[in-house]
Amino acid sequence: MIPEIGQFALILSLALAVCQTIFPLVGAHRGDAAMMGVGRTAATGQFLFVAIAFACLTYAFLTSDFSVLYVANHSQLALPTLYKVSAVWGAHEGSLLLWILLLAAWTLAVARFSAGLPEAFAARVIGVLGFLSIGFLLFALLTSNPFDRLIPAPADGGDLNPLLQDPGLAIHPPLLYIGYVGFSVAFAFAIAAMISGDLDQKWARWTRPWTTVAWMFLTLGIALGSWWAYYELGWGGWWFWDAVENASFMPWLIGTALIHSLAVTEKRGLFKSWTLLLAITAFSLSLLGTFLVRSGIIVSVHAFATDPTRGFFILTFLAVVVIGALVLYAWRAPSLDSDVGFGLLSRETFLLLNNVLLVVATALVLIGTLAPLVVEMMTGGKISIGPPWFNVAFLVPMLPLIILLGMGMHTAWRTQKADAWWRVLRIPAIVAIVLGVVIPLLFYGRVSLLLVVGCGAAAWIVITSLIQPIRSLRREKGTAGITRSALGMSIAHLGMGLFVIGVTIVSAFGVESDQALQPGESIEVAGFEFHMVGLSNVRGPNFSAIEAEIEIRDDGELVDTVRPQKRQYLVQKSWMTEAGIRAGLDKDLFVALGDQLGQNAWSVRIQYKPLIRFIWLGALVMALGGLIAISDRRYRAGSRETEATA
Amino acid sequence: MKPRQQRMLAVGLAALGIAIAAGLTLRAFQDNMMFFVEVSDVAAGKYPKERNFRIGGLVVGGSVQREEGSIDIRFEVTDTACTVPVSYSGVLPDLFREGQGVVAHGRMGEDNVFAADKIMAKHDEDYMAPEVADSLSKHQQDIQQAVVKGASECGTSDS
Repeated sequence: MIPEIGQFALILSLALAVCQTIFPLVGAHRGDAAMMGVGRTAATGQFLFVAIAFACLTYAFLTSDFSVLYVANHSQLALPTLYKVSAVWGAHEGSLLLWILLLAAWTLAVARFSAGLPEAFAARVIGVLGFLSIGFLLFALLTSNPFDRLIPAPADGGDLNPLLQDPGLAIHPPLLYIGYVGFSVAFAFAIAAMISGDLDQKWARWTRPWTTVAWMFLTLGIALGSWWAYYELGWGGWWFWDAVENASFMPWLIGTALIHSLAVTEKRGLFKSWTLLLAITAFSLSLLGTFLVRSGIIVSVHAFATDPTRGFFILTFLAVVVIGALVLYAWRAPSLDSDVGFGLLSRETFLLLNNVLLVVATALVLIGTLAPLVVEMMTGGKISIGPPWFNVAFLVPMLPLIILLGMGMHTAWRTQKADAWWRVLRIPAIVAIVLGVVIPLLFYGRVSLLLVVGCGAAAWIVITSLIQPIRSLRREKGTAGITRSALGMSIAHLGMGLFVIGVTIVSAFGVESDQALQPGESIEVAGFEFHMVGLSNVRGPNFSAIEAEIEIRDDGELVDTVRPQKRQYLVQKSWMTEAGIRAGLDKDLFVALGDQLGQNAWSVRIQYKPLIRFIWLGALVMALGGLIAISDRRYRAGSRETEATA
Repeated sequence: MKPRQQRMLAVGLAALGIAIAAGLTLRAFQDNMMFFVEVSDVAAGKYPKERNFRIGGLVVGGSVQREEGSIDIRFEVTDTACTVPVSYSGVLPDLFREGQGVVAHGRMGEDNVFAADKIMAKHDEDYMAPEVADSLSKHQQDIQQAVVKGASECGTSDS
């Protein structure tokens, strides 16, 4: 009964999504306030019914209702409650429902917090979001219904993929999806602006906080996914340039470009059509990512089983959205640009360069991701592009981006006097180069060109990001301090600096070693002694495991004891590696059990990863920067109309 | 700057960026592209010499050998028509098992053993890498039999 209610609620929300699309769009066209008003109500109703559907599916998981096919395939009686809940989005059908729920939630948020917007504009935004909802609801109902029944119901379910039974992965998809779906708001704002043909600096100010929030969540989602891959897949890497990772990374890159381009549009009224194009692209890449994942056309650890109908549906929807948006763009955008100039040395120039480099970086990732597909279609040969290519190709636009970033922050809008600019930047530049040599030499005892460049670039960003906040702290009482949005920018860039130093050090000094080890034996990796004390059998709720006790010593002194496990999940009979990690801000020591080699010996993978935590810490700080930026006064309701452009 | 100059600057920069990117892409692609070669082709000597490529198929039952206490391992991979011996040193993925699909990265050694530097097995029991599934379906031998006994008809198929 409950699943049927869920199914029915989903159909009702489709009907409401249709209302949410048609009435506000037609109403806005005719200037009919009553019709426009339907949008908000329909959006609220749609959210309510999607939430009911989602609750029904969650209920089916919690009560282990195996007469629902999706539940039977992805849950099990002995599954811990947390994972019964996260299993809701553990596979295709449920994750699609989560996507729909989040889209409805974003729409609801727009409907609630759009009081300051002109009525017709808000109506168009809600209408466009409704159209996107229709697409995804149809997708769910026609190709991927989570409520399909399985009669007769089996006595027990097939269990959730053991890889997904992890707290990190329980929240990774929701965070990532909030980000993905969040770009639909920027997209809807762009479409609404193009329909009305009216795009001013206020438009950018409305769009900015929504985009920043989506970007924040995407940042956190990607970072969490990377962290999960690090400790749960037992590989110890943090980024693999896997097709699905790339699919989430491309919207992030374009989203980052969009945030910067929106800044120019808000402050100076420039780059309008460019900003629109980026808003369209960010969401299109989110959709493309979904297509790549769901269709299974790209080989990936994330790919779910291949289903051509689903791939076809998403591709069609993608085509409708992208082509529709681009046609509208070609028609409307040329009339939007304003005739304002700027100096060669000005913040506008640096932000333009930022955008060009981020777009080039995205293009490179896209080429690398799609190349195997293109080659197969053209020649039939099956190729793969290895991570080394991505590493090199990605560095090419990133290096200038990092250097320009530090300069751009200290450049004025419109035009900047060169001598004053140089006075601010010369000392940070010298300090950064010195630190670039000193950091690797002093702490790690080796230096190379790449290390100097990496550490120097990181130091450069950190120093230049901190100048403004420190000045603000030391200012005289009564003078104006740094604004929240400038502080947010500084913090986000600081996060970038932490990320860069983490990546540089871990790729230069990280050690990975596969060896054989048995109880009573010790091996040395990266100056640390790993001593296997013994092996024991342990039992979890739905798995049994062999656990090794390994003592890590540095110069004979005990650093820590880690307990890596090899788990066998009882239902799927599959083996899983649970790494033992001694985590620290300065370094991680990582031990994973491989295979039993004989009587008592095991193969183990031991890793020394200096500063790897800075990679995720950096992402966290970036997201924090976003949070600070959106708390800026000028985004708050009420201050919108009164405050002139800053 | 005047708007016209701005646009020229933007277009110029974008063109430059894309040109550099395209150049690098083409250059580096050559070195980093790894071809997937079917086991039958490998057995017939049709594979890229002196460079890395990928092979994939099923691990032949009973073919996995390792020296007691060593991380070196040898096994055979089959596409149901032919088999290729593979050597590897290191930790194997969790789903590596006899009879299961694997993909191996590496190059052919002098001794006609494929020296793998990376072994991948998929994370899902039901899921097989598309290349492997393709390669198996081409030969249409009895998969069960091939897994148990190894391949029987190498060289007789038209590939």
